[in-house]
Parts: sequence; structure tokens; C-alpha cells
Amino acid sequence: MSFRLASSPHQHNRRTTSQVMGWVMLAAIPGILAQTIVFGWGTIVHLLLAVITAVATEAAFLELRKKDFERAIMDGSAVLTAILLAVSIPPFAPWWISVLGTFFAIAIVKQLYGGLGNNLFNPAMAAYVMLLVSFPVQMTGWLPAAGLTEYSHSLLDAIWMIFSGYSYDGYSLLQLRSDIDGVTMATALDTLKTDLSQGFTYTESLTRHNVFYAAGGWLWVNLAYLFGGLIMLKKGIIRWHIPAAMLLALAAFSGVMWLVDADRYASPLFHLCSGGIMLGAFFIATDPVSASTTAKGRLWFGAAIGMWIYLIRTFGGYPDAIAFAVIIMNMAVPLIDYYTRPRTYGHGVSKTRRPKG
Amino acid sequence: MSEFKQLSWQGLWKNNPALVQLLGLCPLLATTATLINGLGLGLATTLVLIGSNATVSLVRNLVPNEVRIPVFVMVIAGFVTIVQLLMNAFTFNLYQALGIFIPLIVTNCAIIGRAEAYASKNPVGYAAYDGLMMGLGFTLVLVVLGGVREALGYGTLFAGANLLLGDWATALKITLFDTDSPFLLAILPPGAFLGMGFLIALKNALDKRIERLAADPKPEKVVQRARVTAES
Repeated sequence: MSFRLASSPHQHNRRTTSQVMGWVMLAAIPGILAQTIVFGWGTIVHLLLAVITAVATEAAFLELRKKDFERAIMDGSAVLTAILLAVSIPPFAPWWISVLGTFFAIAIVKQLYGGLGNNLFNPAMAAYVMLLVSFPVQMTGWLPAAGLTEYSHSLLDAIWMIFSGYSYDGYSLLQLRSDIDGVTMATALDTLKTDLSQGFTYTESLTRHNVFYAAGGWLWVNLAYLFGGLIMLKKGIIRWHIPAAMLLALAAFSGVMWLVDADRYASPLFHLCSGGIMLGAFFIATDPVSASTTAKGRLWFGAAIGMWIYLIRTFGGYPDAIAFAVIIMNMAVPLIDYYTRPRTYGHGVSKTRRPKG
Repeated sequence: MSEFKQLSWQGLWKNNPALVQLLGLCPLLATTATLINGLGLGLATTLVLIGSNATVSLVRNLVPNEVRIPVFVMVIAGFVTIVQLLMNAFTFNLYQALGIFIPLIVTNCAIIGRAEAYASKNPVGYAAYDGLMMGLGFTLVLVVLGGVREALGYGTLFAGANLLLGDWATALKITLFDTDSPFLLAILPPGAFLGMGFLIALKNALDKRIERLAADPKPEKVVQRARVTAES
């Protein structure tokens, strides 16, 4: 008879890191598909580039650090980082954007801090910020959704575009970005920001451009990521605290401002359906390494991200703010965890409940 | 090791003001967007360091201990003003490029640190030499960091050398690569912090390697004698 001593937790589902990462990747598939349908094949090309770079970089750095790189690569965390970065990059950005970004994410943000589990910042988002700050032109070249563009583009176009800067038929990115009226378009958030700065009201802006609403494609992308996120919730891969707090905080802030002045501030629905909000809420902010680890802390963490997203989107210099918000709150995680430590059993019970005797 | 040798070693490497003491980081990070800017600020700091160290050393026996800090600061401020006026007169473009960071040399902790820690206790020759070496160590880091950031960010080296050296130096500019989309991160403040971190890491790695090489004489050959006969 063996009396094996094991510390708690005594009941757990045996889920390895690679299984968790695998589930997250599976759950991201609807979103990636939606993005490919709406914005063309560029996303897939960048995805492949980023994954290859991530695996190569991870292997090289683990080899340099004299670690067992085969095992570390099999856990899939590097691949997941690559995927999250690739879907954040505009589909027709040049190839070196995703290569450089993934290298930065894995080599500098992850491995230099000590590898998986030790990184302070979310690697994909830190790399995204690096790219956005360094190459603003390439990183903001989003296309209008398929069906709104003047020129259609195929897989071949995407590959040519990414590697040479011109599509197979010889169109430049600027031409591909024009809509049926020949006006170059940006994302909904970007267009709204420009319009507001030019003195249009929110409602005027919505009717001026056809980039908005379902046809803008962002709604479908966000719904797809929401679907994937709900699958992860159901499967217990992520907890509800961060996404719920983040979305609620964003809705609350935008709701109050919208009620105050509907001309200058976009509606909560607009905020929740545009940009990378669902990707951010379910896939990025829930990163188990760089997010808060206590239940109460996760609520604060998520809510603060939602607040930052609203503030930066509305008053900041950039149209979207998932990456900045997540990075800012990553810095606050040690503090949040410190103040939201759960009570240890038997310690620190409030005085009123203490039994007399 | 003689005192001079010791001072050089301390200033340039072992106790480098930028890499080890981490003093004067503000101008270090702010002005190193290009190599020449770094060199200009480094030279200005070196001049101030030599002058202030020598003067502080000269007056070290006259100044009462209680008021030494204000006196040192005034000496330093005097030299900074001299350097500032000189740069304004002779390298006006560089003066404009460096902007507020020239007057801010006054507040560079490396300078008052050397005045307090070394110059106020040692004769003038050593003090001036210490200033020179500390200044050169600081300049070296500024130049390397500036060079790395400029090469990554703009793809050039020695751009704007004419600001410091006169018109002939325009020819010094080396173009490493041409790009339409410069790597802005290297030029922006984050690039300075990242680059500085890498430089410090590099120095520590080199130190460790040198230490290991120095402290690793061939281990004595130990012969393990195998027992060949069974105990009986």
C-alpha cells in the first residue's frame, strides 16, 4: 500500500500548457477565418511568416540559453504569440513587419525576461506596440472590407503585395485601399477619429462613409472572436473575470459619455463592435502569464483595460488601444496582485466573525 | 598599479560613470539619437569635468566642509556656462541640436559625484586626470549608444559631423543602408533604454568572461587510482 503525499489542489483536470495553448489556437480559428474572408488572404500569409519566425527564434534562443528547445516549442506558446501578433497586423503590410515583430516578441519580450512564465509583458502586444510606434505607415494600412473595395484581390495578390509592395496586377496598396467611390478608406475607428477632428458629428460621420456597420466587416470579425472566446470560457481555458470586466467597463465608460453628448462620442455598441476589442478581451488580456492572477485582481485588471481603451480611443493619438491598454495594465499587475491577495484560511478573519471563547 | 593607470581603468571601464555608476542617464538617453550628438555632449561633459575637478581640487583646502556643496555647484555651473558659450560661438548648429541638455550638464550627478568623491580629496594633477578619464568613459558610452541608435534608426553613421567639426566633415557621413521606413523605435526614447540595457548587459558579460579566463588556471591533474586488486 502506498501513501503518496501530494499537496493541494487534489482535484484538477490534467491539462498541460500545450493543451491550453492548443485550445486557444482552435478557438481563434473562427476569428481568423472571418478576418480572411473580410480582409483577404494577407492574414494567412502573415500568420505563416510569424509562426515560422516564432519557432525559429524560440529554438535559437533556447539553444543559446542551453535549454531543451524541443519540449519548449511543443508547448505552443511561441506559436500562439505569433498568431496573436499576425492577426493584429494589417493584412497587406510588408513581410518584414511580421518577421521583425515576432522576433521582437519572442527574443526580447519573452526570452530575455526568462522565457515562458517570466515575461512581464504580453509578448504579442509589446511587439505590436513596437511595430506601431516604429512603422506607423505600414501598421495602419488596413483595407476596407471585401465588397467595398474598387479592386478585388486574390491569394496571389496578397503574396505579391506582402513581398513586393505591389499586387500581382500591379496595383499599389493605396489603390487597393480605395473604395468603390475611389476614396481611400481606413478602419471605422480611424475614420471616425478623423471625422470628429474635422468637425463632423458622430451621426454625420456614420452616414458619410460606407465603412461602418456590418459591411465594414469589423462586426463580423469581432463576432467570430466573441464566438471563439465563448468556447474557451465553456471549456474552462479562460475565466470570465477579465473579458467581462473589460467589456463592461468599456461599455460603461462609452455609455456615459454617449449619453452626455451623442454628437461627439461614439455609442457603446460602436465601441464594442470595432477594432480588436473581442480579440483583445478574450485572447490577449487573458494571457495567463502577464495578467493578474487573483479573482478580484482579474476584475480590476480587466476593468482598467476597458477604461484605458476608451480613454486612448477617444482622447489619445491612436485610433485603437488594445495593445497600449494591455501593456499599461501589465505593468500594474504586481501591484494589483499584492492588494487583492485572497485571504489565507485561518488568517485575517474580520473581528465580528471571530468566535468568542 | 600606478595612480594614473588606476584612474584610467576606473574611469573608462571598471567604474564607468554611465555603465556602472549609472549617473547622468537623462542626457545620456536624451541626446544619443545620433553619434555626433552623443560625441558633442560627451566632449562638453568631459571639458566641464576636467575644469571642475581641477578647480575643486585647487580650492579643497580653502573651502569649509559645511559649504562645500554650494561651492562645488557654483564651480561646475561656471564651467558649464563657459562650455555653453563656447559651443554657442563655435558649433552653433550642434548647440541648437543639443538644446537644453548643455545647461543641464550642471545637474549631471557624475560631475558633482567626482568633485565630492575624488577631486576634493586629491591633488590637482590626479583630480584633473580623473576628470579626463571619467569624461572619456562617459563619452565612449554616449558615442557607442549614439552610433548604434543612429545605425538602426537612420541607417547612417557620423551624420551631421559638420555640426561639430566644420564643413569638411560632411564627407565623413557613412550610409549603411537606405530605407523609406526608418526604424523609429531606435531613435525614440524606448530605443535609448533598450540600447542602454544591452550595453550594460554586454559589459557585464565581458567582465564575467574576463574574470573566468583570469581565474581559471588549468586544474591540477588528478589521477584517480583504480583499485585493481580485491581486498583480501
